[in-house]
Amino acid sequence: MAIEARNVIKRFGTFTALDDVSVTVGDGALMALLGPSGSGKSTLLRIIAGLESPDEGEVVIGGESVTDTPARSRGVGFVFQHYAPFKHMTVQDNVAFGLSVRKRPKAEIEARVKELLGLVRLDGLAERYPSQLSGGQLQRMALARALAVQPKVLLLDEPFGALDAQVRGELREWLRRLHDEIHVTTIFVTHDQEEAMEVAEQIVVMNAGKIEQTGTPRELYESPANEFVMSFIGPVNRIGDAYLRPHDVEILAHDDGAATEAMIKRVVHLGFEVRVELTLPDGRDISAQVTRATAHELELHEGQILPVRLPQPRVFAA
Amino acid sequence: MSSSASGSLALSPLPAGRAAPGGGGGERADRAVGARRYGVRTIALGYLALLLLAPVAMIFYRTFEHGLTPVLNAIGEPNAQHAFWLSLEIVAISVPLNTIFGIGMALLLERGRFKGKALLGLLIDLPFAISPVVIGLALVLAYGKTGWLGDWLAENGIQVIFSVPGMVLATAIVSLPFVARETIPVLRELGTDAEQAASTLGASGWQTFWRITLPGIRWGVVYGVVLTTARALGEFGAVSIVSGRIEGETQTLPLFVQARFENFDATGAYTAAVVLALLAFATLVLMNLLTRRTRADTAV
Repeated sequence: MAIEARNVIKRFGTFTALDDVSVTVGDGALMALLGPSGSGKSTLLRIIAGLESPDEGEVVIGGESVTDTPARSRGVGFVFQHYAPFKHMTVQDNVAFGLSVRKRPKAEIEARVKELLGLVRLDGLAERYPSQLSGGQLQRMALARALAVQPKVLLLDEPFGALDAQVRGELREWLRRLHDEIHVTTIFVTHDQEEAMEVAEQIVVMNAGKIEQTGTPRELYESPANEFVMSFIGPVNRIGDAYLRPHDVEILAHDDGAATEAMIKRVVHLGFEVRVELTLPDGRDISAQVTRATAHELELHEGQILPVRLPQPRVFAA
Repeated sequence: MSSSASGSLALSPLPAGRAAPGGGGGERADRAVGARRYGVRTIALGYLALLLLAPVAMIFYRTFEHGLTPVLNAIGEPNAQHAFWLSLEIVAISVPLNTIFGIGMALLLERGRFKGKALLGLLIDLPFAISPVVIGLALVLAYGKTGWLGDWLAENGIQVIFSVPGMVLATAIVSLPFVARETIPVLRELGTDAEQAASTLGASGWQTFWRITLPGIRWGVVYGVVLTTARALGEFGAVSIVSGRIEGETQTLPLFVQARFENFDATGAYTAAVVLALLAFATLVLMNLLTRRTRADTAV
């Protein structure tokens, strides 16, 4: 079901967490709320879930206003940043909770729990307690628990924030595939642009309680609306008022007349990519991104002086 | 996690590996740490022995000094029996009352947002600060014959002072803060995430309380109940004033001990004191067992 937040304002004391924010998420979409901490993204998610109430504005789920509906009647599945496991219950009791408070027949609950544990690949761990699970397993348990009640929308607050890099990568991919399978409208909050770009179809970039830009990962990267989005969505070189992506900086083998000279300060090998930190004649530092092959071909090394071409950088209107 | 968190009296050893590096110096430092460790233990155990173990042991010794027969006779005495059952009755009423009140108060103080919260927190601690005797006097002033509510109570045939209701009231007041005070930190530690998760899963406030909050805070509540029970069993000052100390009618076990002691009935006093001590001990053991069993159910 589609989700809509209309002109939402939320203040905590004198701090304005959300300043007239409107977001629309299409039915079955997978959207990321991306922004630095304190940007209001989690607050917006909690307002959509009904865990927080807006000072002004409206929340609409599936065409119905739910602004005054308590969280328990909104039909949302919510996954908390630290999973919020029910520590005194086994994995299966955690997953069954939503069904058991609805007093569904025992056989139905059992069947559904079994199905969900299979879906999140926790089959063998039904009798375990949360204290016996790893972070990734807790995360999947929390997801199964949220999905058990067949929510209209799924909301995830920094779902992979507390996991180590490898597990995080696996779970991202898995969430993506899960969404392809069950098609429930999903919003997740993250401060990690790579995560947002990898998982989401649509990204809402937030900053200081406002929305900076909404678009597909590609749109945001290729035509950022302003300098905040430009610098948040990927690495940038700032040259005065202008911005340039490191991979747009060209390191040349021969001076073609239009190039400037630069000296290599440091060469950082990151695997396939090589980051080259350069100093321009006017003393400014910029970084360039080249492939391993290029770095090898040009025999890049510290102290080397090379011709460099800087394409037209992007300037945002003040 | 195992049951190691239970309130044992064992002294935890000082952190190891604090010795200075280097051969001889390290050994000397080790020895110094060892000596300090034993020194601390000796002082702690000695203090405990002097204050608690020796006097309690003395009571047990004096009670059974002349064998079992006088003890059994003292226990069988009707007034002693009455005091025993009256004490249990008062505990059985006041402890559940304070448990419910304490949990409610803890929820209000920890989860609620309202003006005057700090003041309420202070008020709850008041029974700790005020002498029980003063509490007893205050109750007499409020509910006694000449008190504010005295006329109304008399007209309706309710006797509070010099009777069980007043004694329950006095006991409940002096043991009021324990459950709330033990529950609040556990409630804070528990956080609100699990409760919010339950609400997004469709649980009502009541369901969330019974299924999520209460199981989450049960150790705090249990400990609070133990302290409340122990305090209620031993209450003397406030009950002494409110009850009128009528033998065989409004005399609780602690009052009985004092009365016998003043009347030079040493055996009666000591026996009742031992029964009181055993009751308190039984409460501790019972709660410990209960905690251990439920903990084994849920923990690793």
